[in-house]
Amino acid sequence: MADTMVAKTIEKSVDSVISDVKKRYSAGVLKYRQMGYWDANYAPKDTDTLCLFRITPQDGVDPIEAAAAVAGESSTATWTVVWTDRLTACDSYRAKAYKVEPVPNSPGQYFAWVAYDIILFEEGSIANMTASLIGNVFSFKPLKAARLEDIRIPVAYVKTFKGPPTGLIVERERLDKFGRPLLGATTKPKLGLSGRNYGRVVYEGLKGGLDFMKDDENINSQPFMHWRDRYLNVMDAVNKASAATGEVKGSYLNVTAGTVEDMYERAEFARELGSVVIMVDLVVGWSTIQSMSNWCRKNDMILHMHRAGHGTYTRQKNHGISFRVIAKWLRLAGVDHLHTGTAVGKLEGDPMTVQGYYNVCRDSYTRQDLPRGLFFDQDWADLRKVMPVASGGIHAGQMHLLLDLFGDDVVLQFGGGTIGHPAGIQAGAVANRVALESLVKARNEGRDIRNEGPEILRRAAKTCSPLQQALDTWGEISFNYASTDTSDYAVTAAASN
Amino acid sequence: MMTNPVGRITQGQFSYLPDLSDAEISLQIEYGLSKGYAWSVEYTDDPHPRNTYWEMFGLPMFDLKDAAGVMLELQYCRKAFPRHYIRLMAFDSTRGVESMVMSFIVNRPSGEPGFGLRRQEAPGRTIRYTVHSYATDRPEAERNP
Repeated sequence: MADTMVAKTIEKSVDSVISDVKKRYSAGVLKYRQMGYWDANYAPKDTDTLCLFRITPQDGVDPIEAAAAVAGESSTATWTVVWTDRLTACDSYRAKAYKVEPVPNSPGQYFAWVAYDIILFEEGSIANMTASLIGNVFSFKPLKAARLEDIRIPVAYVKTFKGPPTGLIVERERLDKFGRPLLGATTKPKLGLSGRNYGRVVYEGLKGGLDFMKDDENINSQPFMHWRDRYLNVMDAVNKASAATGEVKGSYLNVTAGTVEDMYERAEFARELGSVVIMVDLVVGWSTIQSMSNWCRKNDMILHMHRAGHGTYTRQKNHGISFRVIAKWLRLAGVDHLHTGTAVGKLEGDPMTVQGYYNVCRDSYTRQDLPRGLFFDQDWADLRKVMPVASGGIHAGQMHLLLDLFGDDVVLQFGGGTIGHPAGIQAGAVANRVALESLVKARNEGRDIRNEGPEILRRAAKTCSPLQQALDTWGEISFNYASTDTSDYAVTAAASN
Repeated sequence: MMTNPVGRITQGQFSYLPDLSDAEISLQIEYGLSKGYAWSVEYTDDPHPRNTYWEMFGLPMFDLKDAAGVMLELQYCRKAFPRHYIRLMAFDSTRGVESMVMSFIVNRPSGEPGFGLRRQEAPGRTIRYTVHSYATDRPEAERNP
């Protein structure tokens, strides 16, 4: 009922576009919608980029004017009329807000759909696209808050990006690992280990049965362990574990550094030592990510992306950017692994919302799926797929939930859940690998692992004491807190009328 | 015996579990067939981690829709190469996949020779590593009498 009334208010308050060019370009301040940034009848083109913003206008600011202002400030507009617009085919450059709806159960918030012409963005540059879409508009005074909820990137623009240097299919072929999630662990403690001790943890984890070990986001080259020392020790561990098991093993060597030149130097050394994978932190920025992606393509390297820092702008529903948008940009920019949440672990994540991120990474064609927060269809145009990574506060006792939620194409990372095992790191790795293989086998045999999972694990633990110890230690641990970032997707009164 | 926790090569989906019985192997084959995958049988005596191309025991069975038929091929392969590693692999021809989607070992030699790690000192502290397959120490013709 309330929504209907708001929708009607929106309807009434529309000021029309000024079509008389003399009036339109006379000096002074016009409303954004009068300048052509609002068009309720606009039919988005296949080549348009579409954005869905969640906006909270200041009190008294009309939602349509606010939506038009978002379109204006993220494309050509400035706060006043400029005659120099008339030196351009200016209508092409104006983004167009074309739909506004109240957000269900969120008074004062509105969804605003905005379309951007393909001419607005430099080909193959996430830096350029983001400078437009999230450049000025999030600080714009007439809005209390704004969030970029989702984006539809047109195939024509998708094809200007090279995407993941390896992709999850080729990664599996290189590693010779098929039909099960990959297993990993972050080396702990994350700070303070010497290179020699660090390599010990890597060796034990890999020999025990993990596919990957991982540097943490803030392991770069500190006084306690310089990067060359880390790489040399880690690669000895990786090769020794590979010989001990007959499997290809890897450890994500974090090449993040103070300058891009340093990052290239570190990546080159990782390659020289035979590593199959390097890692960068999201905080290095879009241009660096795309450069490292190019480097990985040239050097047959898997690129692991740790989403360090994203929570500062993705977590709160009213302001920032949804992680699904970041995931789409990162697939275009070209990463092979991306941390996308666990749903059941210690870090933020509503299960459906998190599944939405996984779909964005792995789909050939992502369908609109409102409960998972996906507002648009997205054709990926054969762009390679990103391997999602579930990491943070998960353990063997949750294996059935993880496999059921995320399927086979995921890296499951158990840091504390491997290294903290009472019988040691190898035992921790064995527990995780046995839990995983038991559940994959049972699922393929037609068992309902979501419900029968605990029983399947208990049975497997009868012949595997490390798994029994893991279940005894962590079996009851769960992180049940309400998620802050859930999907608001109920059909609005305005849309259903 | 190899020194890793399960004492054997750990490639494939199920190396950490007790060996699958033929009935259990059949269930995995049926799962793959239900997904539209094509099964194939491959064997080798050199399971080096980067030995991608094991010998094909016939072509991938694109048109075989019956688990019993795949099991029969496996029995022939086991009979012909009882001391080799044998793996079953499932292939998915879906656009955007076009790769293996399952792979597990169904036959092993009774003693698994494993691998050595050879280190060659290079400039600085750099080391060049070679994983060496002990199984290949003898000429191919003399390995499996």
